[in-house]
Amino acid sequence: MALLDIRQRTGWLFLAVIVGHIVLISAQVNSRRGVPILEEVTFGAFAEVQRASAQVVGSVREGWQNYFALQEIRHENADLKQRVAQLEIRLQQERAKAEETRTLQQLLSLHQETAPSTAAANVIGASADAYFRTISIDKGTADGLAQDMSVIAPAGVVGRVILPTRRAAKVQLLIDRNAAAAAMIERSRAQGVVLGTGTGTLTMAYLPGTADIKVGDRVVTSGIDRIYPKGFLIGQIESLQRGAGEFSGIVIRPAVDFSSLESVLVVTGAPPGTDVPADRTR
Amino acid sequence: MKIAGAVIALALALALQTTLTRFAVAGTGAVDVVLVAVVYVALTTGPVGGMLSGTVVGLIQDTLSSGVVGIGGLAKTLVGFLVGAFGQQFIVTATLPRLVMFVAATALHAVVFMGLYVALGLRVFESPWKAIASQALVNAVIGLISFAVIESLPGALERRRGRRGGRR
Repeated sequence: MALLDIRQRTGWLFLAVIVGHIVLISAQVNSRRGVPILEEVTFGAFAEVQRASAQVVGSVREGWQNYFALQEIRHENADLKQRVAQLEIRLQQERAKAEETRTLQQLLSLHQETAPSTAAANVIGASADAYFRTISIDKGTADGLAQDMSVIAPAGVVGRVILPTRRAAKVQLLIDRNAAAAAMIERSRAQGVVLGTGTGTLTMAYLPGTADIKVGDRVVTSGIDRIYPKGFLIGQIESLQRGAGEFSGIVIRPAVDFSSLESVLVVTGAPPGTDVPADRTR
Repeated sequence: MKIAGAVIALALALALQTTLTRFAVAGTGAVDVVLVAVVYVALTTGPVGGMLSGTVVGLIQDTLSSGVVGIGGLAKTLVGFLVGAFGQQFIVTATLPRLVMFVAATALHAVVFMGLYVALGLRVFESPWKAIASQALVNAVIGLISFAVIESLPGALERRRGRRGGRR
């Protein structure tokens, strides 16, 4: 029995575990394939735990609020909030369209625009690691979600679906260090790429040095990355520096408050005129 | 009993971490409750318990995040093993030694975690020292409070039983 007692083989066990980790990391770093199966299975299983804990937390909080608040007013307030959310999204689209129309006055062939089809989802959890900015939502492939679908909120762009399972999905927030979105300055139409910094702010890169930008400009999606539909608000330029003919250190304050996200909309189908791939629309 | 307690502590820490992280999304690396749980298990069970708990929860954390699976696992395995080994060799029951353990464990974890990402060319961390320092401090405070609460539980239960017996 002593041979089987791992407490007497601590050194070897430690070595085996470390080697196992190194092999595991090497396999992932070398391969350029999609999502690892281990990640998908574990996330799928743990999403159910997150769903359950979110339901428990949600029901406790709801019970508390219902006890102290007037129920009728609360429900009315929820309906109004939903309407405002829909109107804000509509307003963003209209504003983007108006800007585009102003700069492209020669084009007379106007096309009718319809709102993108979306699926509402609740946030059921967040990244288990403080270094990554992801959230888990309670909708998955069974609800029509697919990888790389964009996720928005009434205030603006939230991120994209990176790992959909049957009943849940993992969403990479735009503020994650590895996140990026094609974007443009709403006023001057100067195009660039918005990048996450891992903190609460965003930055913008690949802007031409001659671009017309200033503090306070609104930054919206340009749609050319074929993930985010055109015209959705990303944030506002908070500060910028110009050095040696090009911009550096452009800080963007996101329009969305990522710390208080409770529900989001997943864009499952794009409206006509956007650059989202046709095979993603359903 | 010790194993059951460790499993419960780790599961609770994971659930808490995934529930609370989104509310503190603006502050980089504000707290790592899972690391606190690994250090707790390592100090109470020794190097094997610390190492195994670090491996398991580290890998789970990796798969729930969008990073490379194994980097967090490796960092937490190292921390669990070293803290467990240290706890076996020295007396770490007073507040100050425990505080030092939590701070050192957080620093070691951050160095291994970020170091591997940088060495593999996967990510860049710009001046992370402030974030590491704040995380070490918060982790230490949470760890010390957790130890105090867990250690006061048996005595509190005993006193409660005593009071009930006295009334009869």
